[in-house]
Amino acid sequence: MRPSREGSPWTGLWAVVTKEMADHLTSARMQILEVLIALTALGTVYAAVQEIRAVIGHDPFLFLKLFTVNKDPLPAFVGLMGFLVPLVAIALAFDAVNGEFNRRTISRVLAQPIYRDALLFGKFLAGFFTLAIVLVTIWLLVMGLGLIFLGVPPRGEEVLRGLIYLGACLFYGGIWLALALLFSVVFRQPATAALASMAVWLFFTAFWGMIADVLAPVLRPVRFGLPEEFLAQIQAALALSRFSPNILYGEITLALLRPEVRALGPLLTFQLQGAILGSPLPLSQSLLLIWPHLTGLVASTILLFALSYILFQRQEIRT
Amino acid sequence: MAELVIETKDLTKRYGDLTAVDNLNLKVYEGEVFGLLGPNGSGKTTTILMLLGLTEPTSGSVRVLGFDPARQPLSVKSRVGYLPELVGFYDDLTARENMIYIAKLNGLPRREAYQRIEQALEQVGLEEVADKPVATFSRGMRQRLGLAEILIKEPKLIILDEPTQGLDPEGAREFLELIRKLKGQGITILLSSHILSQVQRICDRVGLFYRGKKVLEGSVSELAREVLGSAYRIRLEVQGVPEALIKALKGIPGVQDVTQQAPDIYEVQAKEDLRAEAVRAVVEAGGKLKGIMVEEPSLDEIYARYFEKGGMVK
Ligand SMILES: Nc1ncnc2c1ncn2[C@@H]1O[C@H](COP(=O)(O)OP(=O)(O)OP(=O)(O)O)[C@@H](O)[C@H]1O
Ligand SMILES: [Mg+2]
Repeated sequence: MRPSREGSPWTGLWAVVTKEMADHLTSARMQILEVLIALTALGTVYAAVQEIRAVIGHDPFLFLKLFTVNKDPLPAFVGLMGFLVPLVAIALAFDAVNGEFNRRTISRVLAQPIYRDALLFGKFLAGFFTLAIVLVTIWLLVMGLGLIFLGVPPRGEEVLRGLIYLGACLFYGGIWLALALLFSVVFRQPATAALASMAVWLFFTAFWGMIADVLAPVLRPVRFGLPEEFLAQIQAALALSRFSPNILYGEITLALLRPEVRALGPLLTFQLQGAILGSPLPLSQSLLLIWPHLTGLVASTILLFALSYILFQRQEIRT
Repeated sequence: MAELVIETKDLTKRYGDLTAVDNLNLKVYEGEVFGLLGPNGSGKTTTILMLLGLTEPTSGSVRVLGFDPARQPLSVKSRVGYLPELVGFYDDLTARENMIYIAKLNGLPRREAYQRIEQALEQVGLEEVADKPVATFSRGMRQRLGLAEILIKEPKLIILDEPTQGLDPEGAREFLELIRKLKGQGITILLSSHILSQVQRICDRVGLFYRGKKVLEGSVSELAREVLGSAYRIRLEVQGVPEALIKALKGIPGVQDVTQQAPDIYEVQAKEDLRAEAVRAVVEAGGKLKGIMVEEPSLDEIYARYFEKGGMVK
């Protein structure tokens, strides 16, 4: 990095953000995904309502059940979101930088009085805001459907928990956005960048859990059959599995939308002391449970973005 | 002398073992059209990228409009218009939308921007297609749009990399005509090309590049004098006795060579424009003058001859 640079690195940032967002919101790609998500919301919520009516009846957190209850063969709303949010995020960024190279627009844009920082960060923000718009729309749709089908308004805490879940979804998407952006800097072909992003996603979805289970006994072997040893092994497996954003998302969802969940991972006796089994945890306690998860998501997003930033600064703009 | 717009001192760029630009010392003055000429891979684009701060020099220094592009890139880029080689646009946006984006990146206030966009589109003759998506544009239209986009900055210096590449001869001529008009507005212009003959008409001075080095520099007639030994070629169509005519023409002081190219066509090579003297000599030798024209030496020829001679470095 040069010792001194004139002006602000963010000159032109908003010009980039508004242009990119306009592109996203009008692109056929995003419209297809929006329809897909809307259908998902409709389908899963409708199924959840049926199930709630048939099986559950009364529950202090009826509205949250809309998100988490499933009726076979459909997965629950949160399950589908765990799959769709990365998809949308990747779709928003996999051709962000290499697309400019391929269209030969990059040198035109960077010949304007802006820094590369503004272009890259602008593209990230535009993706993030677009994702936010999509998620808020879906969230409102689910809440609206809930009002219609359940016929009761949600309680304050339910709305709050739902909103925090919405924020968590956004940060979960942020990781995949940053990853796709990184690959769009690394690979010249957008198709390669998209495939690489999907491969990472598949790896964490399908294989990382297994790998964590295999690695844990190696790291924390059970030699004497002591309970501490078993516990250490379980905790190692858990810690390893949390390298996966999907697992983090899953645990965050669990803690937020199912207040009766008292701990993530193995439940120890002292955690149960003074607790009435099955009674819901207050929101502040649930938040405490997932705080490390949220910071983990944000930190890895920042890390991935920083990496794309460094690589992008070094690229020669010759096209 | 007019003010210096571009100045490089021992500017060098290396890619590993390859020296793309080798100790370049270049001066371009205000209001000039300077041509950066040379074959493929001779370092023209690399030089331009360093002028804009898009690539960092390995060594040496650059000043553009008094700024250092590596340290004050924003000052340089807000005053310099750059048309890259084979410029690309956002194809699904219209010409106007593409320009609005660039105007915003330059921080122009909205009303000002709209006005300038209108003017620029008119100047390059694209006002009728301003609201059509760029995807429908021909290569020539894209090139003109690129120029229009530069004009909304009201630049002091315009840098064009291979501006005639991919254009047909007519399109190239029109485009160069546009550039010539800009020169009339007092804008300094630096352009690169590997088709020497195409741009020689509009360049006040040219620098010939070869393997990263600037091997020749000057106005086209200066270079011709230096390399070919003669800058003017006068073509005469005369009816008369060939021997007498050739003898008379050769007798004019300053004439270097006279050749008969066809029965009634003679070519006189001279250091200066000796048309008047040639006419007099022909008439005095009893010839009947049918036509006369002076031909500018072509850069291609200068270039070819320069390397034939094994590159006599100044
Ligand atoms: N990133 C790079 N890495 C290594 N070598 C490079 C790089 N960029 C350019 N070169 C080399 O530097 C030399 C000069 O290239 P440059 O693009 O400046 O030539 P040019 O005069 O613009 O040619 P053209 O007429 O083809 O555009 C070439 O030999 C090219 O191969
Ligand atoms: Mg070039």
